[in-house]
Amino acid sequence: MIATYLLVSILIGTLLFFNRSRRVNYGLVIAFAGLQWALIAWAFLHRDEEALYGFFKSDALALLMLTTLGIVTIPAFYHSYVYFSEPEGNPRERGIFFMSMTILLAAISGAYLSNHIAVTWVFVELTTLAASGLIYHHRDAAALEGTWKYIFVCSISITFVFIGILFLSIALQQAGHVELTYPALLSAAGALNIFWLRLAFIFIFTGFTAKLGLVPMYTAGIDAKDKAPSPAGALLSTVLMNMGFMGFFRFYEVIAHTTVHDWANNVIFIAAGLSVFVAAVYMIKVENIKRMLAYSSIEHIGLVMLGVAAGGVGYYAAVLHLILHTFAKSSMFFQMGQVYRIYRSKHISDTGNYFHYNLPGAMVLLLAFICATAMPPSGLFISEFMIFRAIFEGHHLLMLAVVLVLLTVIIWAFGKNLFRLLFAPPVHFDAAKAGKVPGYESIPQFVLLGLVIYLGFNPPALMVELIQDAVKNLNH
Amino acid sequence: MTSVLLITFAATLIYISIANRLLTYIKMLAFQGLLLFGVSFIELNEINTVNLIFILLETIVFKTLAVPLFLNYVIKKNQITREAEPYLPNFLSLVIVTLIIIATFLISNIIHDPRLDKVYFVVALSALFTGLYIIMTRKKLITHVMGFLIIENGVFILSLAVGAEMPMLVNTGILLDLFVSVLLLGVFVNKIGDVLQAADVDQLQSLKD
Repeated sequence: MIATYLLVSILIGTLLFFNRSRRVNYGLVIAFAGLQWALIAWAFLHRDEEALYGFFKSDALALLMLTTLGIVTIPAFYHSYVYFSEPEGNPRERGIFFMSMTILLAAISGAYLSNHIAVTWVFVELTTLAASGLIYHHRDAAALEGTWKYIFVCSISITFVFIGILFLSIALQQAGHVELTYPALLSAAGALNIFWLRLAFIFIFTGFTAKLGLVPMYTAGIDAKDKAPSPAGALLSTVLMNMGFMGFFRFYEVIAHTTVHDWANNVIFIAAGLSVFVAAVYMIKVENIKRMLAYSSIEHIGLVMLGVAAGGVGYYAAVLHLILHTFAKSSMFFQMGQVYRIYRSKHISDTGNYFHYNLPGAMVLLLAFICATAMPPSGLFISEFMIFRAIFEGHHLLMLAVVLVLLTVIIWAFGKNLFRLLFAPPVHFDAAKAGKVPGYESIPQFVLLGLVIYLGFNPPALMVELIQDAVKNLNH
Repeated sequence: MTSVLLITFAATLIYISIANRLLTYIKMLAFQGLLLFGVSFIELNEINTVNLIFILLETIVFKTLAVPLFLNYVIKKNQITREAEPYLPNFLSLVIVTLIIIATFLISNIIHDPRLDKVYFVVALSALFTGLYIIMTRKKLITHVMGFLIIENGVFILSLAVGAEMPMLVNTGILLDLFVSVLLLGVFVNKIGDVLQAADVDQLQSLKD
């Protein structure tokens, strides 16, 4: 099934590239969405089974992330459809956009299901190519700058990951193994040489921070999420970051079974704490709403990584936080497409009185603000609370205090900017030129935000069981 | 014999650090490709023939011929001036690259592994950090690409060190090489030269907070 999925995805992508007809384009996109859900159904039916020579395996974490991706895919395609319906886009650019999006989603799915560290690496590399097609969509100097920076930083990062894999393979060869699948790595973990393992961890972790959106390699991702059209930005800011987490997490499971575990946790603590700090600083300063959302994603990933480093209940909370954040943040990005159509600007100083121009959209933003800043009834409140509990139980009190102060700053900065968009009267804006946005376009965002609240307070038994299964290798 | 080739490779790194003209960079990259061809030819004679031919083709055709010729074409097409334009004086670059090599040499003393030749480790890490240094201290975007190619060469050396037992990793590294070089250079030729007048990092400062 996975081979079929990948081949059909490439086929659909190729057809999208050559096709110029609008109807055929949407037909193909709907076919891909169907294919995506068929893959999810297949993965659930063949849970924990290896496929395609053992290179892929649909384990619990992969199932969770795949389902999350499947849910976000549908509104992403819907909003892309809206994006290209007014004004009518150039058929060639539309073809390239949808081709990049389908290839990106297929590559992310492949990376989720991968059971082999080199296979993960290949798919991560593929996402750089697909994402650059989305970032370059506007074809102007700024988009080119964003694309160039993204490709360059991601290429260096992917090289770092590869160097890490090479160091890991040196350690493996010393221990008398040659298999690079995750189960083989896990079973060999105890015998690996500490020196090589540390080098491998440093390089693999640094490399994945580019996709993950963590200090030190987060920079290119911010430009990418800003320059890409908002439906694409929603994917880059959520499911792509989840993929970075998967890549890191699978290797972290191996590290957790070795004596360098505590040392690795300290490295993660430093990177995650700095990420929250960077997010706080830039969110005060930032002028562009999409960039602010991108920095907010950095903050959330920082919290997730704090949860992982703290251990205990933090592992469960980290996975839950990642899933809920995907729904909350993607709904905000989808909404930004509508904001841009009304004001023709992404800058906070050009916008205001959003309630007056688009009531349902303003409700979405207000609700999404509550969700993203983890205030009750947001499900993120639960996961964030559990993360803090894990940090507290790990006796990292100084870190806890610093992060809580930084979070207060972030909530203030987030609120300051967003409430200006919602309530303050716009300064240089001609109300007669305001674009019209139909209210029903906000329905998918309400559904996503509803999921954030519902899954936080009343998680289905299957989801709880999957998350517990996903982190079972860490609780020992 | 491989040690001689690898030490020559380290010497090219020092030479690149003080090179002034872009053409010298290109020539050095081609020479590095030739050295890598020699190393892989001597080192990888145990693996199967098809694989060996693939690796040798990558070094001799891609690294030694295609990429340098293509870089030359890019420079001509975009009328890039021939100076490398470093931010730091060449003497300082020489000192820093030498320090990088000494530092990796000292780090390598920690390794006590009879199966791993330390020379590979030292040269590979030196190439990695020299490449990063070149990227950080040169103004032109094309020199950034060249710095990246130096990093790739370092990664190739490292993959050779483990390659005899895991040929799959060497092939994956080659995949990285081809993919990224084509992607970066492709973007460069088609787009950057047309949109930006001078392909400097100064031109890439509109996205910031």
